[in-house]
Amino acid sequence: MKADIRVALVGNPNTGKSTLFNTLTGLNQKIGNFPGVTVDKKTGYCSLPDGRTAEIIDLPGTYSLYPKSQDESIVFSVLADRSNAHTPDLVVVIIDATNLKRNLLLYTQVADLKIPVIIALNMIDLSKKAGITIDIDLFAKKLGVPVVPISARKVEGIDKLKQTITFANKIALQEPSIDVEAIAPQLIAQISEDLKLDNPYFALQLAHQHETVKFLTPAESDRIEELEHEFSFHSQKSQATETIARYNFINDLLYDTVKIPETAQDESISNKIDKVLTHKIFGFVIFLGILLFMFQSIFSWSAYPMEKIGDLFAWTQNSLHQILPAGPLVCLLVDGVIGGLSGVMVFIPQIAILFAFISILEDTGYMSRVTFMMDKLMRKVGLNGKSVVPLIGGFACAVPSIMSTRTIENWKDRMITIMVTPLVTCSARLPIYVLLIGLVVPNRNVWWVFNLQGLALTGMYIFSLISAIIVAFAFKLILKGRERGYFIMELPVYRMPRWNNVAFSMYDRSKAFVLQAGKVIIAVSVILWVLASYGPGDRFARIEQKYQQPEYTKQLKPDELTKAINSEKLENSYAGVLGHVIEPVIKPLGFDWKIGIALITSFAAREVFVGTMATIYSVDGNADKIESVQKKMGSAKNPETGKPVFSLAVAFSLMMFYAFAMQCASTVAVVYRETKNWRWPAIQFAYMTVLAYAASLLAYNLLK
Amino acid sequence: MTLSELVPGEIGIVKEFTDLEMSVKLMEMGCLPGEPITVSRIAPMGDPIAINVSGYQLSLRKFEASTIILQ
Repeated sequence: MKADIRVALVGNPNTGKSTLFNTLTGLNQKIGNFPGVTVDKKTGYCSLPDGRTAEIIDLPGTYSLYPKSQDESIVFSVLADRSNAHTPDLVVVIIDATNLKRNLLLYTQVADLKIPVIIALNMIDLSKKAGITIDIDLFAKKLGVPVVPISARKVEGIDKLKQTITFANKIALQEPSIDVEAIAPQLIAQISEDLKLDNPYFALQLAHQHETVKFLTPAESDRIEELEHEFSFHSQKSQATETIARYNFINDLLYDTVKIPETAQDESISNKIDKVLTHKIFGFVIFLGILLFMFQSIFSWSAYPMEKIGDLFAWTQNSLHQILPAGPLVCLLVDGVIGGLSGVMVFIPQIAILFAFISILEDTGYMSRVTFMMDKLMRKVGLNGKSVVPLIGGFACAVPSIMSTRTIENWKDRMITIMVTPLVTCSARLPIYVLLIGLVVPNRNVWWVFNLQGLALTGMYIFSLISAIIVAFAFKLILKGRERGYFIMELPVYRMPRWNNVAFSMYDRSKAFVLQAGKVIIAVSVILWVLASYGPGDRFARIEQKYQQPEYTKQLKPDELTKAINSEKLENSYAGVLGHVIEPVIKPLGFDWKIGIALITSFAAREVFVGTMATIYSVDGNADKIESVQKKMGSAKNPETGKPVFSLAVAFSLMMFYAFAMQCASTVAVVYRETKNWRWPAIQFAYMTVLAYAASLLAYNLLK
Repeated sequence: MTLSELVPGEIGIVKEFTDLEMSVKLMEMGCLPGEPITVSRIAPMGDPIAINVSGYQLSLRKFEASTIILQ
């Protein structure tokens, strides 16, 4: 779509910027990336009253143009880089009318860049309720910009805002806020002259940010560096001077235009809620309760849609097999590609539900309280208060959890969280644990109430959390932090969640996952499908021939025959051959080549293990039923020793392997997507494989 | 006296900062010299703390609070 005017939304976090963006653009939005950085670029389109179309860019929320995270650094780049394709014609600065002072800091910075600006005074209803009176006309006159009071949540004032956007000036008419040149007169003059700039604040910002912005040539950047030395410019001192000057301007402005009730307000509702939610005991109990509920819901609510998605794909595969002529190409499409697609789509319910919870917790303001409560505990192991949610979400699925680490501003804390999240027992490991525990752990009670199998399963969950914490601690010692960690965070007022934001977040994240992680998963699934479906030489043809002999066709029923053929084909496929090849490596762990095949086929997704076991042991009846697979595996004997293959030692060794090994293409893909560097998924894959091997070896030898 | 020494309910007025880098961030968030700060609560494990400043609530670690000197 082509837009007639480009509008950027800028504002502090928690000012209702996303709500306004969603209201303006509706479903007409897309997520891309800003070139060269891992920052989501949300754009959408909005039709204006005069029939033109405006492209709206939602910039990350920030308190100032001096960035504290990568997300924030994009704001200055987009606003300032005049040669960039994203440069806005107009900026709408969203200001929280209940918190004018701090919100106006960012406004004065943006205004000084001399881009045409409109102020959207959001939450005007809440501000009136709190008894704040704003002389909007005088306010607008003093700043020299249009000011539109709105309530994005109640969809009030949006038409007026659209009108104001339509008739906005093409040139910046705002009054200057502070005397920018006075901060560093010679430096600003010289940079402006050398780089041919006509805006002193732009020149000053470049002095601060020339090392990080992407649009300067190395020569320009070096020249600025040189000038800074010449005029002994101190970046932080200059920032401090500027901030104080800006707040002086803001205080004067507010003194003339705003009346805030002097009388001490009654204890706010938010404060009362906080007394309970961050209480020494109740705080943790409530948090634990919310987590349990969230965890339970992700499991139980997603079960039905996941089953239906699985059924739908199975039905599609079956139908296509019947409609299309048999042949290798059709098999590739139906079993490889559609099979891989099914493996991607099946995660959508869990992703959507987890993100619904996360966005509700964030929207209400509860998430920042969790961070507040947990920070000290998490900091000890190199994590951050904000790591709690991804780690807990990891019990459902690492994929959405890793996507949710974006709320962690500190680079090192975020990387450690991403690195350890896949260690937490996700729902794909559950069927494997259930299968193996059922096989070797007796189903009886100890100490009257505890079921041994249940204890073993709980043990695996607790074990995973402990190992994540230990590995996090190790990474804390290894990784070098690029930035100094700090924790200066707003605790927003409690609010009701905005349900359409919740819906948008579910849709956004699911779509991002399918489009970006989906590609890698499908590619890996296709490769694995080829490995499992083809064998070297004429082995497959000979198997077909062998089972055409009367001794087989007469004795076996047709479906038993198919199972026997499939089982023998898998054994002779490339995957089967590979299983034999890796046998010497996995023998010390107690695994034979059959388990080797399952390790290979479940390389992209752990849950494939059960299905492969079913094929290898030619399970009768419904292979989805874990009990029938268990029975066959239980009776499997080692041909050399005559003892059962799945002893206690082998089963636990196998569980240890799945607890640590990165058998999940989706996670690898999403780690790459979030870090934009193959080094991170590679390191993660390597350390997890090493741990998996070591833990299996240890478990096998201890229990043997 | 620094901000980290206040107990919940106490008010102090910002005088100056001991750490330049931290002061830039704190000032952006509204903790300016001359501004009154109320400590509203302390996290269950003793760190971080929550303060009221410039009409909103901000949380910061004890260490960060110790860089703010009060009048």
